[in-house]
Amino acid sequence: MNISILSGKGGTGKTTISTNLSIFLSENHKNVSYFDFDVEEPNGFIFLKPGIETEKKVFKKVPKIDKELCTNCGECSKLCKFNAISITPNNSTVFEKLCHDCGLCYIACPVQAISEILREIGKIESGKSKDIPNLNAFRGVLNIGEPSGVPVISALKKFLDVNSINILDAPPGSSCSVINTVEDSDYSILVTEPTKFGLHDLKIAVEVLRYLNIPFGVLINKSDEFDFIIENYCENEKIDILGKIPFSRNIANKYSKGDILINSDVEFTKHLRDIASELEKRLIL
Amino acid sequence: MKLCITSTGNTLESTFEQRFGRCPYFIIYDTDSKEFDAIENTNGDSAHGAGIGSAQEVVSKNINVLISGSIGPNAKQVLDGENIKVYKGTGSTVLENIELFEKNELSEITQAGKPHQGM
Repeated sequence: MNISILSGKGGTGKTTISTNLSIFLSENHKNVSYFDFDVEEPNGFIFLKPGIETEKKVFKKVPKIDKELCTNCGECSKLCKFNAISITPNNSTVFEKLCHDCGLCYIACPVQAISEILREIGKIESGKSKDIPNLNAFRGVLNIGEPSGVPVISALKKFLDVNSINILDAPPGSSCSVINTVEDSDYSILVTEPTKFGLHDLKIAVEVLRYLNIPFGVLINKSDEFDFIIENYCENEKIDILGKIPFSRNIANKYSKGDILINSDVEFTKHLRDIASELEKRLIL
Repeated sequence: MKLCITSTGNTLESTFEQRFGRCPYFIIYDTDSKEFDAIENTNGDSAHGAGIGSAQEVVSKNINVLISGSIGPNAKQVLDGENIKVYKGTGSTVLENIELFEKNELSEITQAGKPHQGM
């Protein structure tokens, strides 16, 4: 069972909800795993504090041109849609970061001068926290300066266990990285805040989920008297509201210290419990 | 000697374009014959690597010197590989830059600027 948590807008509280919900579910279910797919800035481990037990490097294939064999014909460069290869009369250069690993250049080369090499772009880490023995935690980490997190996201997806309840903490926004994370989810929780920006980005995320045909519900975080802008939208669009978590200075304080809220903040725990039971009703966990 | 000047239009009177990879036209000017050619730049709407595509394009025209406003690291690498010198244009039209270059009043760009300056 894959439950993805996304938001459209950054800073709405995806990681707060994902980490605390993971802990809450791990108290009642046997196999629960938390996955941090926000590979550019994975910060879920700050809260879960797992010891890193395994580490797996992620590689990407890139072409290498054998200058002895290359005739500088330029076929590979002409066909490359990403301008990742430059062929000029005296030089051939591969721009590794522009390469999308489509494999066309290998086929295009008439003299087989192009071979594959592997380039390390990130890693997958996993472990368990000693305070939360029932919860497995995984995260993808993209190396700084890498243009696309998608290969790390794909590598992290291989660790999803069909027999487990997997909580997928998605990257912010609605880019390729988000779509790669949430596709194949059984359910998505859309975390939003009751602001115009929150609503704007929520609408885009809703379009994405409807396109991917994933069932979803909305969670209003930092709830206040402006909730109506989200509520009215959800009512018009016939979208489920799973629950609300009120804005609280106490929560912000704990978050800034990297503290977990569940079982330590009474208000938060009560609200999350209600949300989890709404979720359980829909998903038969 | 063959010069390439980045331009917004296809004449010598056209406004000089500061961007290299995504400039609308390359004006190729021969200092000996005083003749020129205008080439439309098809790399302008590339999602990525417009500078690399443009650099290959101008290299294929056998130019000796490029005059542009700013040039990114990838394009600079391609041009360096073919020993093409890059000068910083300061005139407002293509023709003014040709005249400034011939009077030796343009300075050479030896280091690439930041990537994506012309986005």
